[in-house]
Amino acid sequence: MAQHKVNYTQDGGLPVALTSIDKIVNWGRSNSLWAMTYGLACCGIEMMAAGASRYDFDRFGTIFRASPRQSDVMIVAGTLTKKHSEFIKRLYDQMTEPRWVISMGSCANTGGMFNTYATVQGVDRIIPVDLYLPGCAPRPETLQYGVMLLQKKIRANKAGNAQKAKRLM
Amino acid sequence: MRAYKSKDNVQAKAYYTDRFYVAPQVPKQDVDCDETFSSDLEAIKAKFEVKEAYVQVGQMVVYINAHDIYGVLELMRDELEYTQLSEMSAIDWLAKDNTFEIFYQMLSMTKRKRIRVKYFIENGQAVDSVEALFRSADWAEREMYDMFGIEANGHPFMKRILMPYDWQGHPLLKTYPLQGDEFAAWYEVDKIYGKEARDIIGPELRDTARVDRYDSERFSRLGFEVPKGTEITGEEEPHVESYQEEGGVFLVKKFDKESSKVIDDPQR
Repeated sequence: MAQHKVNYTQDGGLPVALTSIDKIVNWGRSNSLWAMTYGLACCGIEMMAAGASRYDFDRFGTIFRASPRQSDVMIVAGTLTKKHSEFIKRLYDQMTEPRWVISMGSCANTGGMFNTYATVQGVDRIIPVDLYLPGCAPRPETLQYGVMLLQKKIRANKAGNAQKAKRLM
Repeated sequence: MRAYKSKDNVQAKAYYTDRFYVAPQVPKQDVDCDETFSSDLEAIKAKFEVKEAYVQVGQMVVYINAHDIYGVLELMRDELEYTQLSEMSAIDWLAKDNTFEIFYQMLSMTKRKRIRVKYFIENGQAVDSVEALFRSADWAEREMYDMFGIEANGHPFMKRILMPYDWQGHPLLKTYPLQGDEFAAWYEVDKIYGKEARDIIGPELRDTARVDRYDSERFSRLGFEVPKGTEITGEEEPHVESYQEEGGVFLVKKFDKESSKVIDDPQR
């Protein structure tokens, strides 16, 4: 006789949950968002703080990877210079689909205070962006909230469909 | 009431407008006021022609001929104990008389003195590299080339250091616009997507401080989010963005905003 208290006669008699393919695939995707470490400036410090134990991204399943081939979401944290712009495009292309981009902070959103010749005026000139986080720099809570909204966005899409091209080139 | 200001471009502007402004000079003293400087100047004068020398803010400034620079710095390093080249670069005087002023800031740790060696070159003229004397001149001369276009003869790796290798223009020239010329404005688009993508991506939006609450294409108002492209009347219902869907998420604990603890003490 088993000592545990599972009542197999409840809920139809079996420890089984029913769901759809869409839901289970999106559940997997949205709860294992592996982020690419893309700290370009001071926003990178806030991104590291969000990953460290006080804010703890691990409980969202967000684990930072140092390789674009292992990551699902690129968190562009910081000022993107024109010299660096070709590398961000190359790294974005190396990420496997489906992939998402979070633009973190004023500099990545619009160029921010760097209204100069050497700064890309918004990372969305180079790669398509899913989520823009305001702030200079955004607090780790903002990034956590952004990741939770991105999870919600992922769950709202059909899992089976190929990701639509966000910019035709 | 505050006076109405146009909101078309609210980007903060520089408070100065004249980029050719020349700051007034602080008083200059004669070199005789300091014994160390006067003996150093005598040692330089014995071998090289010195055009002008004075003491300013406790530092000696020496003007020499452009072709003497390697010899002067070698003399100062080996015999006068000025063992460090703290900094070197150029000053743009192209608008005044089509010249660059090159300066070398020297430091002596034993004498606790600083000397600035200066000379003028014509626009387009190259300077002699002092990289063989001071390793710090390696990157400093590359930066001078990058920012002003002044080449250094005898430098081992005369390439740009800060801007990309295929960049056009020299950004620290006073004639270079702060927000970049035509080449700079389209640099990343041209390089990654090609010139034909210019129409699709569009020009740079330089007014990054602009916020328009009636433009739902590019802005959204926190707590009053509407679908993209909706016409804003100002009578939108406030709505709270939730972390999760109404019905909850499969196998994920429901995050309930109402039952969560809100810390309202800012001094916590």
